Amino acid sequence: MIGPVGLVDCNNFYVSCERVFQPRLEGRPVGVLSNNDGCVIARSAELKALGVEMGTPAFELRDLVRRQGVVLLSSNYELYGDMSARVREVLEELCAGVEPYSIDEMFIHGDGFSRRQLQDHAQEIHRKVRRYTGIPVCVGLAATRTLAKLANRAAKSVPGYAGVCVLSPGSPDAQALLEKTPLGDVWGVGHRLVERLALMGLHTAADLAAQDPKRIRSHFSVTLERTARELQGTPCIEMNDTNRPRDRIMTSRSFGRLTSNQDEIHQAIRQHAQRSAEKLRAQDSKARAVYVFLKTNRHRPDLAQYSPSAIVELDEPTDDSRPILHAATQALQAIYRPNYLFMKAGVMLIDLVDANRQQLSLLDTPQRQADRERNDRLMATLDQLNQKMGRDTVTLGRPSPKAAWHLRCANRTPRWTTQWRELPYVTAR
Amino acid sequence: MPKIMHPHPTPTPLPLPHPLPLTRAGLSGFPSPAQDYEGRTLDLNERLVKRPAATFFMTVTGDSMGPLGIHEGDILVVDRSIDPRPGHILVAMLDGELTVKRYERIGQRPYLCSGNPRYTPIPIADLECQVWGVVRSVIHEFPV
Repeated sequence: MIGPVGLVDCNNFYVSCERVFQPRLEGRPVGVLSNNDGCVIARSAELKALGVEMGTPAFELRDLVRRQGVVLLSSNYELYGDMSARVREVLEELCAGVEPYSIDEMFIHGDGFSRRQLQDHAQEIHRKVRRYTGIPVCVGLAATRTLAKLANRAAKSVPGYAGVCVLSPGSPDAQALLEKTPLGDVWGVGHRLVERLALMGLHTAADLAAQDPKRIRSHFSVTLERTARELQGTPCIEMNDTNRPRDRIMTSRSFGRLTSNQDEIHQAIRQHAQRSAEKLRAQDSKARAVYVFLKTNRHRPDLAQYSPSAIVELDEPTDDSRPILHAATQALQAIYRPNYLFMKAGVMLIDLVDANRQQLSLLDTPQRQADRERNDRLMATLDQLNQKMGRDTVTLGRPSPKAAWHLRCANRTPRWTTQWRELPYVTAR
Repeated sequence: MPKIMHPHPTPTPLPLPHPLPLTRAGLSGFPSPAQDYEGRTLDLNERLVKRPAATFFMTVTGDSMGPLGIHEGDILVVDRSIDPRPGHILVAMLDGELTVKRYERIGQRPYLCSGNPRYTPIPIADLECQVWGVVRSVIHEFPV
């Protein structure tokens, strides 16, 4: 029996990071923009209440900014990356294991707690992450990842839970939640599946949980069978399950042995970045930013521990391996330190957008359009060759170290936690 | 390019917010004499930052805390994991602004006070909501 699994999800993460250092933003509608194409990538609850959707271009909000006092900020990934690492660190202190799922969502292991203690434990996590880092989170604990996702949604949206929801298998609470949850809100059930399931008369999570998993497998897929089992309380989804539809793409692997060799680590990061870019193209997405992490072996307390991470934002959403590789290399250079023995390295592509619905940048020209088409063909050829002839038939050489990674960031807040020159001011009056 | 030598064979395990010991010493190309003194390096991070995940640095502007040894331009080491007690120096949120004050009880009531008598104590309505963090130390650098 595997212990309960938790999902800790930061509320409106990017906006919350900004609010930690600008309390005046509390209670106001705040949006965070992608730097280059100027559309909304994160919203405060107040901004959502005004009906502003994700992806809305900034210029469409000019009126709201004037009349409703909407605050729009450029994204500050350096800050978000640091705050995410802090949240993870607090969780590491409180839990048996932490697996980041994305920059603002982390799975935790609830091993070693009795059912009665679990509620207190979840409350403590909820309170301490907020206290220590300033980031409000919701905590969902349940028997499986799929149920933990649902518990987390409930913790966030059902006022009675107030940010913490512990589901015990088979409890009336759990059953009621499953009955209220439409299948489209279940982790890993896409809208096409929802339509097919509706034809079978299955509409809610409870409907799916009541099915014989074997029947689901024969009618649909192993993936959905697993989802059904997970809803029933049997854990069967591991992290990085490759069949899950992805809102972020992660490639990571442990080194064969502990290493501090920068070249070796760099090679691994490049491979992971390249592999991630392939997955990105396979699912027709583009990424806005690249997240790189290293881990030392936490089960070796005799060794110095250092598990850093960094995010580099891409100039524009892209699925081109080259800028992704370049960004990953840059991130690695920022975090790598000699003298530590690293166990694992990984690359995560975050803030994905649908490649076909990508907003064109204001700076777009026919020239850039032509470039982009050429790049698309190049990448498609690359993927085909690697598919036909085996992975790594064609790989990219080292990116040239032309460091022209200029970001346009008119409304970017200072990098409060990572730059000495940009520390927040505290007034003594 | 000479290999960068580090005086400390196992650098401190503390992650950000502290600057990493990149340039602390021993940038020369010859073997570090510090190897013989393993464990003797004093680390200010270790001394000043007890809980890295909850520790933030802030720059002071204004002069109201001068009598308490906090001056314009100083860097505060602020720890959010500490329960505030009377006598602590706090970073508090006042009118949407981050402000440094001393937490005191006058009679039975909690107040935020300045080091400078020109500023009247401000009663605290809700400690939990108004406290941002507790100041652990002040870094005051002299022009040299």
